[in-house]
Amino acid sequence: MFRAGVIAVQGDVREHAAAIERAAAAHDRKADVVEIRQSGVVPDCDALMLPGGESTTISRLLHTEGIAKEIVSHVAAGKPVLATCAGLIVASRDAADERVEPLDVLDVAVDRNAFGRQKDSFEAPLDVAGLDEPFHAVFIRAPVVSDLGPTVDILATWDDTPVAVREGPVVGTSFHPELTQDVRIHRLAFFEHASA
Amino acid sequence: MTDLEDLKRGTDLVKRGFAQMQKGGVIMDVVTPEQARIAEDVGAVAVMSLEAVPADIRKRGGVARMADPAQVEEIVDAVSIPVMGKTRIGHTTEAQILESVGVDMIDESEVLTPADNEYHIDKRPFTSPFVCGARNLGEALRRIDEGAAMIRTKGEAGTGDVNQAVTHQRAIKSQIRALEGATHEERQQWAREHEAPAELVHETAEMGRLPVVNFAAGGIATPADAALMMHHDCDGIFVGSGIFGAENPEAMGTAIVEAVNNWDDPDRLAEIAANVGEGMKGQSNVGMADEEKLQGRGV
Repeated sequence: MFRAGVIAVQGDVREHAAAIERAAAAHDRKADVVEIRQSGVVPDCDALMLPGGESTTISRLLHTEGIAKEIVSHVAAGKPVLATCAGLIVASRDAADERVEPLDVLDVAVDRNAFGRQKDSFEAPLDVAGLDEPFHAVFIRAPVVSDLGPTVDILATWDDTPVAVREGPVVGTSFHPELTQDVRIHRLAFFEHASA
Repeated sequence: MTDLEDLKRGTDLVKRGFAQMQKGGVIMDVVTPEQARIAEDVGAVAVMSLEAVPADIRKRGGVARMADPAQVEEIVDAVSIPVMGKTRIGHTTEAQILESVGVDMIDESEVLTPADNEYHIDKRPFTSPFVCGARNLGEALRRIDEGAAMIRTKGEAGTGDVNQAVTHQRAIKSQIRALEGATHEERQQWAREHEAPAELVHETAEMGRLPVVNFAAGGIATPADAALMMHHDCDGIFVGSGIFGAENPEAMGTAIVEAVNNWDDPDRLAEIAANVGEGMKGQSNVGMADEEKLQGRGV
């Protein structure tokens, strides 16, 4: 049994839970998906999902609830994490904004709301390293990666700016792979992980 | 090669997706940039900018309209979280102005004085997503058909009494449950009776929930009220007068955000709800005369 924890203090949790179950099924695995709103659950998880939502709210509650340090230990143990949109901001080392206290589990700096406000949000096909066909990416008030460390690989760029990256067990995307039925990003992060 | 030409904005996926990112969150009514910053600091997922909170609109009487665009813009500039704005029901032009100012979601709200007695705004041509109030499933599906990307209970705004929000959420849920057990032809008949599109009726029945995000609004005033609405399967909470009408808005706001995250843990709720100061005074909305109620506007 593959135990996946979806950080559920705020954001689109159900969509990710469903995507993880479908991704596991594609690898003939069964996923036990748990929603995490309090401390004490992360240590029992094989993989973690940091969903989209509002990074200020998620960051605040992760620290209040004592979940933040558990996520740091999870990554230190080499276990996989997929962080999308607000999740990418929370996972970064630098959100360039004192309103967010990032976890520094992914060696990138991010720009919040890099594309503008909601009316500038968009969907578009995106080439992603390791995927044969483009991925239909949905960007919602999305961040971009503004700087990255030497051990970070770029998986996708939009207009020459990184929007999907991988460092060791952590995959981060600016866009929302959980909003379509395509689970290739979840498969990439959780079941095609280097040490998996 | 990724082609920038293939980019699409304002699609249902992008509009509904925005609403999905608000789930599990608290959206707070604010009147000034200072209040907006406090809301952001205590963990709001978004702020609703308006000219006066519903409790004050209720007291003041007269015609309630969209806030001054300059005031909305100041709030947009003050915070990094999404900013929503309220338009009158059927007031397409106010909605266009709000979109131009850059609000992230538009609330076509019964709290303001309706501009149109027959029609809601045709929300589909807008790039911005809309949220609309509903008292029951028929209202909810009619609004979704018009293009709403999020539904909230109407409740009875500005009263600080959660009664009507509970009533409306229970109505939506029990109607969905009944449709889940209904045959194809019964669902067709239900759609005709409730003037709801049959397609949406079938989709809702098959999903066992609304096809868009469903928040609670209208009378939520305490951490326990917010947790109660999560218990009733709401996806998140709007708090109107309950934050800045409270004795200590920071403490009340923080507690409501934490209560939504811990809604199913009574021990944590006991800690969270303790010593937050007095809530808004409020007035019971159960025996309220129909002409005093805002919820009957825009069905």
